[in-house]
Amino acid sequence: MSPSIERVWGLVVKEFHQVFRDPRMAGLLFILPLVQLMVFGYAVSTDLWQTPTFVVDHDRTQASRELVEAFTSSGYFKVTGRSDRPADLVSALDRGRAVVGLEIPPDFSTRLREGSGAPVQLLLDGTNSNTASVARSYGERIIRAYGGTAATPALPDAVILKERAWYNPDLASRDYNVPAVVGSLILLVCLLLTSLAIVREREIGTLEQLRVSPLTPGELIIGKTLPFAAIGLVELSVVTTVAVLWFGVPFRGSLLDLLLASVLYLMSGLGLGLLISTISKTQQEAFMGSFLVFMPAILLSGFMFPVSSMPSSFQWLTLFDPVRHYIEIVRAIFLKGTGIGSLWPQFLWLTALGGGILSFAAWRFRKSSE
Amino acid sequence: MSPTRLWAVTRKELIQLRRDTRSLVLAFLLPILLLVLFGYAISWDVDRIETAVLDRDHSARSRDLLSAFWSSGYFELVRRVDSYDAVDALLDRGAVRVVLVIPPDFAEDLDAGRSAEVQALVDGADANTATIALAYAGAIVGSYSRTVRLQGRQLAAPVEVQTRVWFNEDLLSRNMIVPGLVAVIMMIIAAMLTSLTIAREWERGTMEQLASTPVRRSEVVLGKLLPYVAIGLADIVIVSLVGVVLFGVPFRGSPVLLMSLSLAFIIGASGLGIFISAVARSQLLATQLAMVLTFLPAFLLSGFMFAIDVMPPVLRAFSYLIPARYFLVVTRGIFLKGVGIQVLWIQGLLMIGFAAAGVFAAIRVFRKTIQT
Repeated sequence: MSPSIERVWGLVVKEFHQVFRDPRMAGLLFILPLVQLMVFGYAVSTDLWQTPTFVVDHDRTQASRELVEAFTSSGYFKVTGRSDRPADLVSALDRGRAVVGLEIPPDFSTRLREGSGAPVQLLLDGTNSNTASVARSYGERIIRAYGGTAATPALPDAVILKERAWYNPDLASRDYNVPAVVGSLILLVCLLLTSLAIVREREIGTLEQLRVSPLTPGELIIGKTLPFAAIGLVELSVVTTVAVLWFGVPFRGSLLDLLLASVLYLMSGLGLGLLISTISKTQQEAFMGSFLVFMPAILLSGFMFPVSSMPSSFQWLTLFDPVRHYIEIVRAIFLKGTGIGSLWPQFLWLTALGGGILSFAAWRFRKSSE
Repeated sequence: MSPTRLWAVTRKELIQLRRDTRSLVLAFLLPILLLVLFGYAISWDVDRIETAVLDRDHSARSRDLLSAFWSSGYFELVRRVDSYDAVDALLDRGAVRVVLVIPPDFAEDLDAGRSAEVQALVDGADANTATIALAYAGAIVGSYSRTVRLQGRQLAAPVEVQTRVWFNEDLLSRNMIVPGLVAVIMMIIAAMLTSLTIAREWERGTMEQLASTPVRRSEVVLGKLLPYVAIGLADIVIVSLVGVVLFGVPFRGSPVLLMSLSLAFIIGASGLGIFISAVARSQLLATQLAMVLTFLPAFLLSGFMFAIDVMPPVLRAFSYLIPARYFLVVTRGIFLKGVGIQVLWIQGLLMIGFAAAGVFAAIRVFRKTIQT
């Protein structure tokens, strides 16, 4: 029996009715991308700004005040507490009221004048290793620079480092993170909605009804996945629009390339959702199963953690993660403006993974419905 | 409230869970998988940054500076190039992240006592890595600069910085992540698993059966809560043990304090899950609500991965509403800082408040009556 557009369409309409029967669902499908966009647009940054700093100044001289001033005027540090007793510093770090501690010894200005190496202590709360490592290098730089100007004002720096960042001159993490949100959203929608929709029918028993209807297994698969592919594409346009218009992320590549990559990527996502549905008996199982796939796929994709920081065995493993290839494509299209010409390896991987996963899932689905 | 009826609901839920062995297995597999990923695979620790060099000086000085880069361990020489065009291509393809350019008159300038300029071009697309790489490069160049200036003059450095890092001495992101993971996993297990339980009864029609029994609202809610609280507690023990034994994450505080505050947090999170479930009435909607209300905030806005201090004021204010934020202070405080109740009492009170609010909200919103 050849696939009938009419029958597939009927199923698609039914599916949309089922998903959106509760109007809250439509709202959530919009809130989900917005929450992630806000977080990755505004909240995610490892750069330092106004880090709470506790100062213990035993010296109380012009020189020590200047050093503290150098700290705060950089904008990286903000003094949130001062005291004479080192014990207060310990307690501030313990209670998390300060992340950085600066302790200036009593003989600071004397030793600075004598040029005998005035020791300054920089204490860091390493609990958040990102903040701490950036704070350490900024703090050390400020103190050394202060020492340089205070003791030997005539000496300029021997070597000056001129820094230039390409593609993203302001080093805004936003430009890098916001477009990639689409990768996680599409995967989440595909996995959760597809697997839950099918398992729900099985749980309630209506899958039997579908099976005795004239729908062929192939039509059933198409009709069950098409609505979620459409929702995925809507999320794509929401993310792209918000990224460009609201966050001002540059879009330098071609929309057509982006669309093609997204369709290839959807095949992987829908395939995985379908696969989970063939394994799960209950919606709870499908939900947990989706999470079990979603978390490693996202964490290993380079979305939040750079692939190059992973051990080589895991780097190799990430090649089988469709999210990785999709996010690389999305970022390159947005920021670098590269096209399919230099992104063909990623496109090839996406095609192979999508085709492979989807046909395996379809085969399993057919087998399980016989 | 009758213990017999409460136990009956719990037993029914346990039987249901036992039949659904795969969900149960997943509830333990997921934390372990996350732990392994965070423990072995992913980190923000930036090292061995792929670096290319365009050395137009080829002097002993330029080699000195470059070897300071390689010996730091943060930069790894991948390619030497001899023109700016090659630099373009390398950065475009993403083959290297940093290109160091040393000008032709580098050594000459230094020997003459003038300043020399070194360029660091970085691929700024990944702003996080780029920021850290530039900070390292600045430190290396700065210390090289000082040795050049002080040579032959035997001048002590005017200021000595003594840096000491507390709580996480080697600045490993693993030590930051694992205690936080305890909180995030609790949100996944406790709130998300429970978010399906009441919606499921509605969907399958068994709510009518439940409604016809003498069991009370509070008994249903608490009875459904208990098995998940037990699973959550077991997960905490597993995650903590694996983190400490396998990944060498320090545990400096009191296990008893961790378990009791965790208990309060799990009760609160499960209550929230049941609340979601009772509001949603369909499992599909419940999962989406649970994502937005529990998992995403706990994962992204609690300080688990991204520091709250650098967030804009609106998001920072919002983060005060996220229970996981406080629980994170508890887990990190107990694991890394070894602080006790005298420091964590505020968070402790908030956990207890969260537990009470969660259970109360669940009981309030849950209705046994069948309406059409």
